[in-house]
Amino acid sequence: MIEQSNLLDNKQMALFVAKGYLRFDEVIPDDINHAVMAEIDRGIKASPAGTPLSACYPDPSPIGKMLRLPLVAGLIQSLVGPDPLFDHQAVHVRQPNEDSAQPLHADSIIDTRTAFDIQLMYFPHDVPANMGGTLLLPGSQYRRVNESDIARYQNMLGQVQMVCKAGTLLVLHHGIWHCGRQNKTNEKRYMFKVRLNPVVRQLRLWNTDNLVSDVGASKPIFTKETNAIEDVQTILARSEPWFEDASGRLEIVNRVKMWRYISGDDRFDVHYWMTRLENTP
Amino acid sequence: MMNKLRQKILVLYLSNSALDSTVKGWAVYDGTGREAHTTGDTNIAPYKTGLLALQDGWRAIQFPQLIPPYPGHELDTSFLKYEFIFEKIEEQHD
Repeated sequence: MIEQSNLLDNKQMALFVAKGYLRFDEVIPDDINHAVMAEIDRGIKASPAGTPLSACYPDPSPIGKMLRLPLVAGLIQSLVGPDPLFDHQAVHVRQPNEDSAQPLHADSIIDTRTAFDIQLMYFPHDVPANMGGTLLLPGSQYRRVNESDIARYQNMLGQVQMVCKAGTLLVLHHGIWHCGRQNKTNEKRYMFKVRLNPVVRQLRLWNTDNLVSDVGASKPIFTKETNAIEDVQTILARSEPWFEDASGRLEIVNRVKMWRYISGDDRFDVHYWMTRLENTP
Repeated sequence: MMNKLRQKILVLYLSNSALDSTVKGWAVYDGTGREAHTTGDTNIAPYKTGLLALQDGWRAIQFPQLIPPYPGHELDTSFLKYEFIFEKIEEQHD
């Protein structure tokens, strides 16, 4: 049983819906980090695709220990529910002194679902800036593209270059645009990734205490009051630096649709963007 | 020694369809081989607007077409819409 306190809260969920990822720095203990590095050298055994996660990585697997930490189990439960399916794992290695980075891409193939998978990216050792940590484009997860069709986009305003200490974890929406950056050091860079599929409808799976107040009431729009309070609407209304003027407004609509899906509140809106369109008396 | 001319390409992704709007994303491909650019190699845009690239000597060779959305897909988002392509012709020294 996962304690309520280990589930994501409303504002963390809003950040995930807005940006397509959450980041947890230095949350995995060093003993697990060291054990995982040793396990990578030996080879981490993968289960068949579609295996319940509870049947994967049995003790004494260090990856299993990582996944069963209360914080990690809590964020998995919050996003994809109890006992999701193991999809696949990968140990991503960026070789020393590479000529180039991986092309920007979204994983798998174009995906038209509203339901979403998550991917955990786990960095078991320090990743300095020149070591080719993962590049993420916050807020790109709802842009429907097919894998590396976006490879020509080299750099975008607001992109996140992962620089982190050992034991840092990312959890991503499956659609987020990302790549492994160029490793300019003499050391290999490792990252362990695992993708998980929900087996339940993703409906209010997180800690929804204070949901009504955190969502916030309708506000005067295009005023100083509009985003004065850091509530769910304000988080979902925040533009990313790379958003184009017009399409950036459509990204807010995408976020509204996702919040409606995970909260079950079909009347939820951010600053009237959807309500206006739905008014057809 | 013979100097050869090679194309250098700058791709700017702008915030709207106007060339003087702000740069949101970019890519550089250098046919002379002097520069090698790759994904995520810098967070600093080469220019603040497309117009500033023109003023620095880049020649615009492609403007994005304005294409209405497909019916039923008016709210969808996908690729970046405002992709402007520029070139410079530079000498490649043997």
